[in-house]
Amino acid sequence: MSEPIIKIENVNKWFGDFQVLKDINLDVSAKQKIVVCGPSGSGKSTLIRCINRLEEHQKGTIIVDGTELSENTKNIEQVRAEVGMVFQQFNLFPHLSILDNCTLAPIWVKKMPKKEAQELAMKQLEQVQIADQANKFPGQLSGGQQQRSAIARALCMQPKIMLFDEPTSALDPEMIKEVLDAMVNLAKGGMTMIVVTHEMGFAKEVADEVIFMDEGMIVEKAETKEFFANPKSDRTKLFLSQIL
Amino acid sequence: MNSLNFLKSNKQNFYYFLYLGLFLFSISILDVAINAFLKINITSFLPGILSIFLPLILGFVGLNFIRTEYSGIKSLDIINKNINTNNFNAILTLLIIFAIIKATPPSLSWMIFDANISGDTKEACTGTGACWTYVKVWFRRFMYGMYPNDLHWRINLAFILVIALGFFGFFLRDNLKKYLALYYVIIYPIIAFLVIYYLISGGAFGLVWVETGAWGGLSLTFIVSFFCLIFCFPLGMVLALGRRSSLPMIRYISIGYIEFWRGVPLITVLFMSSVMFPMFLPEDFFMDKLVRVIIAITLFEGAYCAEVIRGGLQALPRGQYDAAKSLGMGYWKMHIFVILPQALKLVIPGICNTFLALVKDTPLIFVVGLAELAGMLALAKTNPKWLGFAMEGYIFAAIIFWIICYAMSKYSYNLEAKYKTER
Amino acid sequence: MNNKIKKILPQIITVLFVLGIFGFFTFNAQINMDNRGIDFGFGFLTQESSFDVQFSLIEYSGSHSYARAYLVGLLNTLLVSFISIIFCTILGVIFGVARLSSNYLIRNSAAWYVEFFRNIPLLLQIFFWYYAALRALPVPEKAGPWFGVTYMTIKGYYIPSFIWTNLDIFLYSILAVIISIIIISTYAKKLQENEGKQIPVFFISLGLIFLLPALTFFIGGVSLDFEIPALKQLSKTSYVFDGGIGLPPELIALVLALSLYTSTFVAECVRAGIQGIGKGQKEAAASVGLTPNQILKLVVMPQALRIIIPPTTNQYLNLTKNSSLAAAIAYPDLVLVFAGTALMQTGKAIEIVSITMLTYLSISLAIAAIMNWYNKKIEIKEK
Repeated sequence: MSEPIIKIENVNKWFGDFQVLKDINLDVSAKQKIVVCGPSGSGKSTLIRCINRLEEHQKGTIIVDGTELSENTKNIEQVRAEVGMVFQQFNLFPHLSILDNCTLAPIWVKKMPKKEAQELAMKQLEQVQIADQANKFPGQLSGGQQQRSAIARALCMQPKIMLFDEPTSALDPEMIKEVLDAMVNLAKGGMTMIVVTHEMGFAKEVADEVIFMDEGMIVEKAETKEFFANPKSDRTKLFLSQIL
Repeated sequence: MNSLNFLKSNKQNFYYFLYLGLFLFSISILDVAINAFLKINITSFLPGILSIFLPLILGFVGLNFIRTEYSGIKSLDIINKNINTNNFNAILTLLIIFAIIKATPPSLSWMIFDANISGDTKEACTGTGACWTYVKVWFRRFMYGMYPNDLHWRINLAFILVIALGFFGFFLRDNLKKYLALYYVIIYPIIAFLVIYYLISGGAFGLVWVETGAWGGLSLTFIVSFFCLIFCFPLGMVLALGRRSSLPMIRYISIGYIEFWRGVPLITVLFMSSVMFPMFLPEDFFMDKLVRVIIAITLFEGAYCAEVIRGGLQALPRGQYDAAKSLGMGYWKMHIFVILPQALKLVIPGICNTFLALVKDTPLIFVVGLAELAGMLALAKTNPKWLGFAMEGYIFAAIIFWIICYAMSKYSYNLEAKYKTER
Repeated sequence: MNNKIKKILPQIITVLFVLGIFGFFTFNAQINMDNRGIDFGFGFLTQESSFDVQFSLIEYSGSHSYARAYLVGLLNTLLVSFISIIFCTILGVIFGVARLSSNYLIRNSAAWYVEFFRNIPLLLQIFFWYYAALRALPVPEKAGPWFGVTYMTIKGYYIPSFIWTNLDIFLYSILAVIISIIIISTYAKKLQENEGKQIPVFFISLGLIFLLPALTFFIGGVSLDFEIPALKQLSKTSYVFDGGIGLPPELIALVLALSLYTSTFVAECVRAGIQGIGKGQKEAAASVGLTPNQILKLVVMPQALRIIIPPTTNQYLNLTKNSSLAAAIAYPDLVLVFAGTALMQTGKAIEIVSITMLTYLSISLAIAAIMNWYNKKIEIKEK
């Protein structure tokens, strides 16, 4: 196995007195797809938010593509430009059109000419099949369309890694599929992905490995087939029985 | 920032840095405190500028030493998180602490230690501090204006009755609760009006008549704001419904009325009441000055009240209107039984704020020659026996107004927060 | 048919009611004016006013007309509002941002500032500054200089006045600065769109603002002299400052009270605006790699300003209306000069009060109209 693109070692994090992450160790190699699941409050969102330092960890090291995350802001911005993130609540910028949402970061962070950025954005929007909505504003789109735009926005930075924080949880059932389809396409293209989700169908189809977290710890980590066929820990079994 | 890192603690010497930092920090505060309270400058041996900035520098270095991302020591982490997140914050923290320490001794000695409160004349004030004797002597005037001293119990009784009647609703039995809105919107204002009118102005039931010219002080502030509130509420309700009406003429007239009064300052409205009202009324029709003022303020605040109530009406979900209509209710039935009971509850915080604005606006009535608290102060200030105590008077009035307004604004804020979570 | 009557009848009744009230007032007013021998009309505006105003931005004396007195009052109102708006904005932004600080002390100091100044009636604050605080200042002969050349005395604040030579060249240079900044920023935008290069427009502009006008001093023949206020003895015990510009204490008290009082409301608007931007927006912006400054400039401010500007404009409007309290301390604003002195002299109550009210009303409505237009323009589009 090649050198991991994300290396997480003994990471701990507290919110006040409450420990949300306990000694997390995780290696992710390039092009790997990992699905993180677990009950709510188990720390799975916090974990992936730590990877592009939207949350600070207090102990341990996180190395993303050779850069260690520390207080150094230059490092953080560099990592963030390489790591795309998709949020549960979309978080599109409501004052910008979809196209401007997508070109904002390429122009200001990558210093890309506007025209080039727009071409790139249109290509990504076509990928997620909403190129026809490019000039509308986020408030004018449905939830599924918004989430796909958010994916396109993240892709416009041409990231090496994509993080998904429960991307379908805020969506109506009929829209979940269109977002998942976009994600499956992305996976087939060879992107490194870490996905926090409860969509086990997606996990079975796409994931190389599945991680089950509970109470701030990684309880179980196994290859996808193994994970669903014979989970080892009782907690995993219980969780799977409830969710499937 | 990186260059400062050698000054940063690491695991081994963490406690040295912690103790050194705390030591420097306390030294800096001690220095300022001694300077302020005892007027001794312990760093006077240093050259001028350095002596002034030394506490700041010491404190800054100290705070820099104790700053760590996460130590595990609870109280230290609380300090770091709350007042010491970075250099900029540390400086501001120190400046605020120093300012508080510096300001404490002079204000305390002026307000308390060097102040006088004994005696009845100006000569009793010998200290360098405030002369509270002045406030003490004039206290009754500030509260009741020129109202005869032996009749002050009538004002007190009237206010106690009005407040008691206000709380009356809480003790109603459950089967009478449905009349609560009726009570507060219609019955209570009428009773309160009668109580205040007959008790304070007298002229019936064997009470001596006291003309409105003698009313004044803080009690007048309350009388004016209270009356204006109970009168402007129904006016505001009518205008709010008018503004949301589907009938164009009614809507335009309401909008015109509301925008007109909201566009002019209260002081011009009061001018209007004193110079224009008499022109507009029939020749021999006399209207008391206080009544004119109350009418003028009511017309003015009615517009603001209307906007508050309109806000409440708009906050109701459309579904409520649809549901009421689907049950076959007409305009009036829908509003009386479904819309207004819900909307009025929502606007209580807004009405509270309107009342607050009213209380803060009433000092303006001095322009037509009515002397409430601020007006009485102006009167007392120019009294030849008591010249030179304007400061004491205004601070006294400021404290009183502040307590009233702060309490009210907190109340309405909490109410608003409560409604927000209930929905 | 029945339905139509139901719709029209209430309207007719309301209109008749309103017209009735107006008619009743006009009727009474006519009788009252006839009885007192006053006639209605605006002819007095051109008459000689024969009263003096203490403080005026334009030339004015008793021999000017009432219309000019009105203008003096209006200008004084606008002056005090304008200065106060600037100060209250600065204070409001500082304290609004401070209320969201992560620093416990700053946050709470700002909160107390807001609670303190907001809950004391404005008139009381004006009185406090005018009758108590500013009266504690020294008399002119005992006043020491502030910053060397300005004097704060009981009779007002004296600052140097500017005496320019070749002012026009200086003004042209400022015009040149403005034009070149516009050109540079357009060019920067083009450059960025075409090649992706970014140039530090802000610093270049800053440099230009200082450099070009400074250059005119050296080669353009522009020079600036100060007339520094100097103490002058009028009689044995009475001194005044001569020269420079004297700001009357009424103006200072008003500006202090108005800007402190209104800044608390502006602070609340600013706080609400910044708080109104969800955490998710900042996170999303950070997650694509924008720096904190870029996040502020590109994501937070454009959204926050949409929330902040409308209520803040409303506060400016309130400030302008509140500046009418100037009458209480005899600052010659519109209300004092026109609705006070002029009304007293002419007795034209209806005309003068109407003009005064309409003036304020038209300021309010004009600003409201601009605000509505602006709100429509910046509205975030939704379904």
